[in-house]
Amino acid sequence: MSTKLYLGTRKGLIEAERCDGRWQLTRNSFRGVQVPMLLPDVRDGRLYAAVNHGHFGTKVHVSTDAGATWSEVACPTYPPKPDDVPDVINPMSQEPTPWTLKLIWSLEAGGKDEPGVLWCGTIPGGLFKSMDSGASWSLVTSLWNHPARAHWFGGGADWPGIHSIVVDPRDSRHVQLAVSCAGVWETRDGGETWACIGEGMFADFMPPDQRFNPGIQDPHRMVACPSSPDYQWVQHHNGIFHSTDGGQHWQHCDKVNPSGFGFAVVVHPTDPQTAWFVPGVKDEMRVPVDDALCVMRTRDGGASFEPLRKGLPQEHSYHLIYRHALDISGDGRTLAFGSTTGSVWISEDGGDSWERLSAEFPPVYVVRFG
Amino acid sequence: MPRVEFTPNLANQTHAPACEVAGTTVAEALSAVFDQAPKLRSYVLDDQGAVRTHVVIFVDGTAIRDRARLSDALRPDSEVFVMQALSGG
Repeated sequence: MSTKLYLGTRKGLIEAERCDGRWQLTRNSFRGVQVPMLLPDVRDGRLYAAVNHGHFGTKVHVSTDAGATWSEVACPTYPPKPDDVPDVINPMSQEPTPWTLKLIWSLEAGGKDEPGVLWCGTIPGGLFKSMDSGASWSLVTSLWNHPARAHWFGGGADWPGIHSIVVDPRDSRHVQLAVSCAGVWETRDGGETWACIGEGMFADFMPPDQRFNPGIQDPHRMVACPSSPDYQWVQHHNGIFHSTDGGQHWQHCDKVNPSGFGFAVVVHPTDPQTAWFVPGVKDEMRVPVDDALCVMRTRDGGASFEPLRKGLPQEHSYHLIYRHALDISGDGRTLAFGSTTGSVWISEDGGDSWERLSAEFPPVYVVRFG
Repeated sequence: MPRVEFTPNLANQTHAPACEVAGTTVAEALSAVFDQAPKLRSYVLDDQGAVRTHVVIFVDGTAIRDRARLSDALRPDSEVFVMQALSGG
């Protein structure tokens, strides 16, 4: 099991470590500064942190000693917009989508056969790639210049964003993205060409003729089972969907209990039928159902779901779990999640029971086992 | 030469030395500063080279008008101060 836990929060990076049979808070870095994204790179042990200074923008830092010391590396930067390139107009706001970084919303390692390759998804919708462990970044222009980007729009944020990046462990050139709001995108040639894929997801909040359009879907988070990469899960704005054919087709899971609304999802590393979610009431009521926080688990591929409540507050709770704030360790039994109201819980029995690490954290953006 | 100074809050994050540099516009002066402290550039300017939304640059006590191209003129004895706005962030 993992023995290190990293929390990216509204006010810094906070670390916890399992010592003498219990999890304990240890160190903090970037105190007072937002840390919206983290990547522990299992290929080489590096730890990456996106750091958002607010007034002074986003930077990327890397640690080669598990968070003890940090150095600033390059930050994904949009190239100068050529004067002869027309603006892409956001279809909802009718405003031009800016060529400036608003938020690093996803950070993933390339394949094991690609040392140093990193992918970074951003708001307002640019995908960046580094070939040198973050020393430099390039905007993936094949996607940025794709004509269909004119249909992308923001969900929750003002601008569209790439929040999920799935690199196929069988083929590093096969990469999938989930975009709010532009559905699921895929390249099979390492980013040379892209296509929007995925039939079956639907968005009840859209006009009737648009509800099943794959290109307007709002997947809140997409994950693939590492040992069965064609088995994928999406926590969508409109419910929970899963795919058994690599995201080509999606089935809606309607047996949710207590709710299909939420942001986060993780899948068991070796059992693709088992996945965990943290539900809220619905989009316009982002609190736990009946004020009672639960994690929701399926162990049969979405045919049924069970709420897991032991150790979680069952009254007067207002916790919402952001899409990157739930993680699972490689053992498939240790999970952790953090909330908007500053609590973090850990389970070492697959979610059957939970123990609160602290209730005193800032809002938690991202939780990652090291 | 114009003198350029940065808010201490910025100096807490990265190397942001006060210095005297050549330049007849804000763009020229800042460019000279960034030659000495390259990482500082992205803390002050956005991807397109405009002043970050929540950063303000004063020249001799007046906020600059051209936040996109930084063409505001400097006198040889101008004092440029880079600070965070009280909005946002």
